[in-house]
Amino acid sequence: MSNLLQVRDLHVTFVTPDRTVHAVNGVSFDVRRGETLGILGESGSGKSVTLRSILKLHPEHRTRWSGSIKLEDDEILSMTGGALADLRGNRVSMIFQEPATAFDPVFTIGHQIGETVRRHTGKSEADSLKRARELLEMVRIPSPTQRLKAYPHEMSGGMRQRAMIALALSCDPSLLLADEPTTALDATVQIQVLLLIRELQRELDLGVIFVTHDIGVAVEVSDRIGVMYAGKLVELADVEQMVAAPKHPYSRGLLASTVQGGMRGQRLEAIPGAPPDLAEVPTACSFAPRCKFAEPRCLAAPPPLNAVTEHHLVRCVLAA
Amino acid sequence: MDALLSNPDRGGPVQPLLTATGLRKHFPVMGGLLGRTTKVVRAVDDLSLSVAKGETLGVVGESGCGKSTVARLLIRLLKPDRGTMVLDGDPVDEPHGITINELRRQVQMVFQDSYASLNPRLTIVETLAFAPKAHGVPAAEARARSRDLLAKVGLDPNSFADRYPHELSGGQRQRVNIARALALQPRLVILDEAVSALDKSVEAQVLNMLVDLKSELGLTYLFISHDLNVVQYLSDRVLVMYLGKIVEIGDVDAIYGNPLHPYTRALLSARPSMNPRQRTQEAPIQGDPPNPIDPPSGCRFRTRCPFAEDVCAKAEPILTDTGAQEVACHMRVRNSGHTKAP
Repeated sequence: MSNLLQVRDLHVTFVTPDRTVHAVNGVSFDVRRGETLGILGESGSGKSVTLRSILKLHPEHRTRWSGSIKLEDDEILSMTGGALADLRGNRVSMIFQEPATAFDPVFTIGHQIGETVRRHTGKSEADSLKRARELLEMVRIPSPTQRLKAYPHEMSGGMRQRAMIALALSCDPSLLLADEPTTALDATVQIQVLLLIRELQRELDLGVIFVTHDIGVAVEVSDRIGVMYAGKLVELADVEQMVAAPKHPYSRGLLASTVQGGMRGQRLEAIPGAPPDLAEVPTACSFAPRCKFAEPRCLAAPPPLNAVTEHHLVRCVLAA
Repeated sequence: MDALLSNPDRGGPVQPLLTATGLRKHFPVMGGLLGRTTKVVRAVDDLSLSVAKGETLGVVGESGCGKSTVARLLIRLLKPDRGTMVLDGDPVDEPHGITINELRRQVQMVFQDSYASLNPRLTIVETLAFAPKAHGVPAAEARARSRDLLAKVGLDPNSFADRYPHELSGGQRQRVNIARALALQPRLVILDEAVSALDKSVEAQVLNMLVDLKSELGLTYLFISHDLNVVQYLSDRVLVMYLGKIVEIGDVDAIYGNPLHPYTRALLSARPSMNPRQRTQEAPIQGDPPNPIDPPSGCRFRTRCPFAEDVCAKAEPILTDTGAQEVACHMRVRNSGHTKAP
């Protein structure tokens, strides 16, 4: 399989008059067609910033990008204006955590999906509404014809998230970006939406990047999982490897500190301390201050990405 | 410790710490031209529960099931439309009983949003000293005690006492909120999604701390969460709510090991699998939880229940003791009219 998306040494820095935040500090990964890459991380790890950079959604005037993001052979970071608008929604599209704020409250669902179809395909109004109906059917929304006329507030949270997936898939993108799309949903609804994304990904042979803080969710949908910490990918592996044998001390800590069934009465292995401030470019391993295996060399220089096997990369000197 | 703040045990270990009977809270929905009440949200409907001394009672359910309303009723941030409460033998807000002020000295609460629940203009030590001062503790003593509390929740008083909430991380702020809840030496602490907004590595730190504080201070917890794994980890007994009603309640091992209500089963099997070789293949139930405005007649779960029959629409199932747990389902009641009834 060929690479659909190729991210190389991505750096994202936000600059405001008061402060500078080095949100992403050298991230590289590939996504193939028909595969789901899960990106796991805690708040402030740079997972959402990385994802949004693929659509250049950050405000231009205070964001500095460097590195390269290539979709097939087109460099996204150098796109502007019309080229970017053609890319968004058409070749790459995104679903967000909060569908209630992603839709415009004053237009019906059918209008909003139809508008996107018209913008990218030039279909007539009637044809684009027909396409919108097909899409609602595809995401298994019951009685889709009536639902086209519904306003976002008239739908339940799970239904709105399905409608947003329909909107995102309206122009046959090859890459779908998902930013915590099930975090705001109830448990019984979350699993329905996860299964839907998994099925559609297979049916449409999509590349998917799924950002989440929830390990269980990442395991349900991902083929590979990347763990981010302080703006870097610290580990990237097949999902089975990541769950069974995580190598980076942070990945291990994250898995161990996640409460699972059958842990009653045991003490949780918490990671001490808190993530670092991202005001400075890291000059050492960012996790070293919290790491129980830290050695002097961890503080001397940023660790390289070591390959444990061909498909298992770990940014830790101990994994070399 | 001074007598003013000590909350001694009164009824002995067998008497429940807090009993609530027939609690009801309906919220009117205003609508129409004249702003009349057109509909009613039945947030909590005739709910009874009791919390034993020294236990952790977990409360689970999806959004809109009324679990946060229950918490607010128990600490009287909301006035129930109906129902009575008894705290260790004393009726609450009744003649010959204890006042709401006294209730709140013994029952304290920690909220989900650690930032919104702290006053941004008060330093941490002022926040922690506020309630004891309001209850008559001299200012100097209240401040000294606040510093001890900070140490107890794992924050160095020398570096944190004079900071403001915005200078703290989410995990640190939640530790302050827990310290504030403990400032009046309460007997029952209600934790309403208290760890839900924290990152996993920080959540584990706070959960460990909650376990330690409970045994050190002899506390009782009411732990409300949508995270079934965390509830299982912390609770002795678990209460499952659906649309304002208790559907199942019992020991944690019974609820998780042998759930009897179809909703509890669905909720438990909706948890993501942690094993990539055994991923979830089918969602246990379809659709979203219905709106608590005008809930379904009879059993409120029947619209999503794969086993619903005519009787479920006609009669409301009552909580029935099955030995290991109590469950409100017609399939568990002898001669209820359900074909699966024993």
